[in-house]
Amino acid sequence: MRKMLAAAVSRVLPRVAPKPASRMLGAAGTFADNATFDIKPCELYRLEEGPPATAVLTREEGLKYYKTMQMVRRMELKADQLYKQKFIRGFCHLCDGQEACCVGLEAGINPTDHVITSYRAHGLCYTRGVSVRSILTELTGRRGGCVKGKGGSMHMYGKYFYGGNGIVGSQTPIGAGIALACKYKGNSEISLTLYGDGAANQGQVAEAFNMASLWKLPCVFICENNLYGMGTATDRAAASTEYYKRGHFIPGLKVDGMDVLCVREATKFAADHCRSGKGPIVMELQTYRYHGHSMSDPGVSYRTREEVQTMRSKHDPIMLLKDRMLAGKLASADELKDIDADVKKEIEDAAQFATTDQEPPLEEIAHHIYKDNPPFEVRGANPWIKFKSVS
Amino acid sequence: MAVVSALVRRPLEQVSGLLRRRFHRTAPAALQVTVRDAINQGMDEELERDEKVFLLGEEVAQYDGAYKVSRGLWKKYGDKRIIDTPISEMGFAGIAVGAAMAGLRPICEFMTFNFSMQAIDQVINSAAKTYYMSAGLQSVPIVFRGPNGASAGVAAQHSQCFAAWYGHCPGLKVVSPWNAEDAKGLIKSAIRDNNPVVMLENELMYGVAFEFPPEAQSKDFLIPIGKAKIERQGTHITVVAHSRPVGHCLEAATVLSKEGIECEVINLRTIRPMDVETIEASVMKTNHLVTVEGGWPQFGVGAEICARIMEGPAFNFLDAPAVRVTGADVPMPYAKILEDNSVPQVKDIIFAIKKTLNI
Repeated sequence: MRKMLAAAVSRVLPRVAPKPASRMLGAAGTFADNATFDIKPCELYRLEEGPPATAVLTREEGLKYYKTMQMVRRMELKADQLYKQKFIRGFCHLCDGQEACCVGLEAGINPTDHVITSYRAHGLCYTRGVSVRSILTELTGRRGGCVKGKGGSMHMYGKYFYGGNGIVGSQTPIGAGIALACKYKGNSEISLTLYGDGAANQGQVAEAFNMASLWKLPCVFICENNLYGMGTATDRAAASTEYYKRGHFIPGLKVDGMDVLCVREATKFAADHCRSGKGPIVMELQTYRYHGHSMSDPGVSYRTREEVQTMRSKHDPIMLLKDRMLAGKLASADELKDIDADVKKEIEDAAQFATTDQEPPLEEIAHHIYKDNPPFEVRGANPWIKFKSVS
Repeated sequence: MAVVSALVRRPLEQVSGLLRRRFHRTAPAALQVTVRDAINQGMDEELERDEKVFLLGEEVAQYDGAYKVSRGLWKKYGDKRIIDTPISEMGFAGIAVGAAMAGLRPICEFMTFNFSMQAIDQVINSAAKTYYMSAGLQSVPIVFRGPNGASAGVAAQHSQCFAAWYGHCPGLKVVSPWNAEDAKGLIKSAIRDNNPVVMLENELMYGVAFEFPPEAQSKDFLIPIGKAKIERQGTHITVVAHSRPVGHCLEAATVLSKEGIECEVINLRTIRPMDVETIEASVMKTNHLVTVEGGWPQFGVGAEICARIMEGPAFNFLDAPAVRVTGADVPMPYAKILEDNSVPQVKDIIFAIKKTLNI
């Protein structure tokens, strides 16, 4: 653990400074149009070459990534607050700390590519285009939720976003199936199939790897390794913690998941690999969650507070991007503060709606059992309680 | 000269043939189709009709199907549409679900439904529940099919009936064909349905041939999911069954008819959503009910029918308690004498009917 942290710290600092040669003054005069940064080279498995070791970040991209990551961060923190206030019930798995993953992935693919993940899905749900308002309102179980309050934290869906899946690892073969559909239709779309370090030990993941490789499915398998499967550290659960090699016959990349640019470049590389018909690829994103496994887990019984603090203070993905943008003269501190304020307001507004919106009408209880079905009767808690089900 | 006479001879033969035919009139032989061929036909027609339909499972392609149900399909449609999978039920069921979510219409074959237990999470949690959880955003137009229930001599791990397990879950449709017509009509409806449908076939029925009515020969022949069929009208007792036992019930009915007992035999065809109305209407006419199934008694299809009859208008028309005929409450044994007594036989059905009628 300490070795990983030391290595991580040593690579963060020099990469903040942009390469001087490529700095260009923009029309505004004060800010550069773009800057180039060194990013940590990915460790490669069964690959001759990998993603580039530098990334160009434009001012526009930087501002967008910054805002998006802040939105995810604040949204998750708001969810934490709402959960403690008992507006959110049941399971709530937060991804703060892992913002570079969802934002970086989205930056590396097309909106018409397909994404599926586990229950730690709020961030990806947002980056895939579902509004914060409808996410928070789904968490509070109101009718304005993105799935009308029927799904909750673990079952949010959107266009080209297949959830939100509650059963550990089950999304992995599903994601391979989505890739099969892409190949079948011949549309050059790909499937990003995310799973965690805990899920990596599921048998169905190996089955998905086998079939995806056999049939050369355009599937990017992405292991979000946040070092703990619930309360179990990776080395207590996996005989091999080199998750990017666990695809065995599938090439793999180990990616710095705290660096949005590293994630973006690796995703582009992986997407290219799949689109060119080479079959699946595995990406391991080394990342960290600040919260425990879920809101029921304080997250300190199996890791030290110091470790969490160190990750926050030295590896925070938003801080890393901010430092780069300032060093590269892509934005000013005040400008970023303004974005922070905008984000805060947007989240507050969304939370306000989420806590005041009405619960779904009782009639909703029986709808959406079947699609394209004539209406039928559904039984309630006793034979006299009957609900009408509409598709 | 020879050519001209040949030209003339043919039509003459045809004319005389016609004349001959008028004098020796026989009914055309009814078309006999096995259940296997009916399912094959149904899948073939749907594969042809919609290019989003495809079949995957173990041995479905190059082997022509473990039970030859998919015979000829790989030759006709190729690797893209007929896919041999490794022995990875959980994996390929999940893959099939993903493909359905992304817009294709997969038919996922389980070599037998016993192996579906490996994949049951994908069937229930990923397929059945998704349309509901997503409030209608994400549908899963998938068919899971394969042989279900007892076969012959395959012992405990290969003989379980899953009608009750799958029939339990909202979001799924579950169908259970008996004859060839059922098989074709239901597989076609299942494939065209935009919901996850489980089709429970029966290995012992695959080779059985049935008369195929003309309407069943149409490429658009569909049997509605959720509707039972009265196979035999009767007045004294309602006998409800699904799958292979329907045949046993009809045999029992024939035997009993000689004794003046007329059984109304209902072929459920669909386990979920169950057509309780047809059963109720029948019970209100006959005042007696026996259910017959191959599965175990506890929490089974018959148990559900009895509960629903009790809760509905037909209860007041019962002159005797409803009775279930089921598989024996044991894991399926191997030895023939034990196996024979572990599945409902015609004599067991007759006995139950007579007991119910107090004869």
